[in-house]
Amino acid sequence: MAEMFAKWRSGLAKTSKATFGRLKSILGATEITQETWDDLEALLVQADLGIETTTEILDALRRFVRTEGLTRSEELWEALRAELRSRLLPPPALTWTNKPSVIMMVGVNGSGKTTTIAKLGQRFQAQGQRVLFGAADTFRAAAVDQLQVWGDRLGVDVIAGAPESDPGAVAFNAVQAGVARGVDLILIDTAGRLQTKFNLMEELKKVHRVIGKALPGAPHAVWLVLDATTGQNAMAQAKAFKEAVGVGGVILSKLDSSARGGMAFAIQRELGLPILFAGLGEKPEDLTPFDPDAFVQGILNQA
Amino acid sequence: MFETLTNRLNQVFDQLRRRGKLTEADVDAAMREVRLALLEADVHFSVVKTFIARVRERAIGAEVSRALAPGQQVIKIVHEELVKTLGEPAPLNLTGPKPRVILMVGLQGSGKTTGAGKLARLLRSKGERVMLVAGDPYRPAAVTQLQQLGERIDVPVEADLNLKPPELARRAFEKAEKGGYGVVIVDTAGRSQLDAQLMDELKAIVAKVPPVEILLVVDSMIGQEALNIAQGFRDAVSITGLMLTKMDGDSRGGAAISIRSVTGVPIKFIGTGEKLDALETFDPARLSSRILGMGDMIGLIEKAEAAFDQATAQKAAERMMKGQFTLEDWLEQMRQMKKMGPLAQIMEMLPGQLGQAARQIDPRDIEANFKQTEAIINSMTRQERRNPDILNASRRRRIAAGSGMDVQDVNRLIKQFREAQKMMKMLQKTGGKGLGRLFG
Repeated sequence: MAEMFAKWRSGLAKTSKATFGRLKSILGATEITQETWDDLEALLVQADLGIETTTEILDALRRFVRTEGLTRSEELWEALRAELRSRLLPPPALTWTNKPSVIMMVGVNGSGKTTTIAKLGQRFQAQGQRVLFGAADTFRAAAVDQLQVWGDRLGVDVIAGAPESDPGAVAFNAVQAGVARGVDLILIDTAGRLQTKFNLMEELKKVHRVIGKALPGAPHAVWLVLDATTGQNAMAQAKAFKEAVGVGGVILSKLDSSARGGMAFAIQRELGLPILFAGLGEKPEDLTPFDPDAFVQGILNQA
Repeated sequence: MFETLTNRLNQVFDQLRRRGKLTEADVDAAMREVRLALLEADVHFSVVKTFIARVRERAIGAEVSRALAPGQQVIKIVHEELVKTLGEPAPLNLTGPKPRVILMVGLQGSGKTTGAGKLARLLRSKGERVMLVAGDPYRPAAVTQLQQLGERIDVPVEADLNLKPPELARRAFEKAEKGGYGVVIVDTAGRSQLDAQLMDELKAIVAKVPPVEILLVVDSMIGQEALNIAQGFRDAVSITGLMLTKMDGDSRGGAAISIRSVTGVPIKFIGTGEKLDALETFDPARLSSRILGMGDMIGLIEKAEAAFDQATAQKAAERMMKGQFTLEDWLEQMRQMKKMGPLAQIMEMLPGQLGQAARQIDPRDIEANFKQTEAIINSMTRQERRNPDILNASRRRRIAAGSGMDVQDVNRLIKQFREAQKMMKMLQKTGGKGLGRLFG
């Protein structure tokens, strides 16, 4: 736990000085003024929490300040932390009761699905699971090669189809191969697609159905990879992918940049989707289980 | 959240029936809504602040024109200021001695490699001799990706995993010089602006092969981070233009405003699809209304105009005004609509709630419906089309058999046509004045 926390910190520390240097002084030993509230709003909006969530949080804090009779702005600090923290769930423990279990990865273009699959593969492998990759992104140039390279590096089998071939067929083959080879986990990569593309979302539903035909009950998990730099559109993405293929959890990628991933709050609250993992760097071991405390700290660290 | 700004401003100004100058109180109430709209569109917090201050100053005391409601007047001012901030689209700078180097930079996953491929295709189609350079040795298969794109558009790709990107770029440049190439497009690895080592690498590339263009490639879905990225890249290398990608989604694209106000460099391209020809120049007015959450109504209107056959439309309108709207006109209208392009694409351009609702409909259903309607009307005689009143049971049976549909389908179509006719009559009475309301 301590080590994990350290990783979060170093991932997020890169930027702790980058944007804001003011909040510490805002929340120093001063009176709570309108300016304090304005600064808090700035902090939360700039972490991509969105104006709606930000307003909700500030309203809750205002109520708290009134009922508790707070007057000093430094007392707000802890209240803010507690409020943010209360809005995040710790990631549920992952237990795989089926062998093999199939995990389908979805997301928009460039969100980091393939890299995340590689990182997950290494993580599960390290836990003693036998893993297989299904390269069902047959659309983007060299997407299959990209996963293949990772497979070679990690010693994970990759089932792939020809470029432009039917992604459903690739997924089907991958699941069948996984069953035949007796692996524990099958990770299926899919092509990135914007959630507004009707045909591509239909295609994704089909891949989902086909996986179920290859192995009844599968996929056992569908995870959305969300770029942490995404703004308000993240909600539309999560909503659309959840509706289409029943996404059950979110992975926040690229959280090592100066982005804060604040959309996670609204997504968790409105859609009930937990954040499972966070990508904190380029190396495979830089994918760690989501740590709500560290995540909140990352947002407050900007101060 | 998906209400359009126009609606919200109309609510703000609902009580305000008077004309004259906008007062400070009017403007402040409006600015609260404008601020929300911009923040929801991912315009950076601090950029919104200065923008609002500017608009407020202009709006207070502004004369409300006779033609506009106060809400619309405010929108007009906001829109004008946004357009000004977005600036005019600028062409690529392809001057100076050949080969001219174009450098693609940006975060991971922003779309640099695809963008490089699209740009190469565009320049090649204009007769340039183009070379691509695969300057991303880090991400697995990034080089292969560019090579595959190069193959598709018949553009050579310079790659060597054993060379550092600056050296590779230099070698490609020299090859291009000897080979008489006009343009060298250098793809680079995605990087965070905070990654000092990789930012130094960019500087090294710039030093080895001075580019005429350094394009910052930014995902249009990006949030508040846009500002930091733009600042970081601007400080490291002198960016000359922006490529805003994934604009075919439904993000509002407010990042464009943030980046423009930080860097001041023009938006040169927008990426509007996964295919290699989906690269366009941008229209500031259109992007502005998108940022304000008003959908791409201008794009929609343009599409309609392009598809519309003026003469046919004129004739139809004349007949309509005389109350002579027939099944033939109806069919013609449907054909015009089909010419606007795939319905799915059109539906994506609709604003706010309309767009949300439209996305629940399978465009293939509507297209199938179109086909059936067309088949039924085509199975009628000319007389029947012009005078549906003569459609008795026997005629209806014949039409159903002829179009491969059921009699119920024919009945339903005729009922729908009657409804449409009724609407036309109403329009005729109001003299078409009600039409504007449709787009509130």
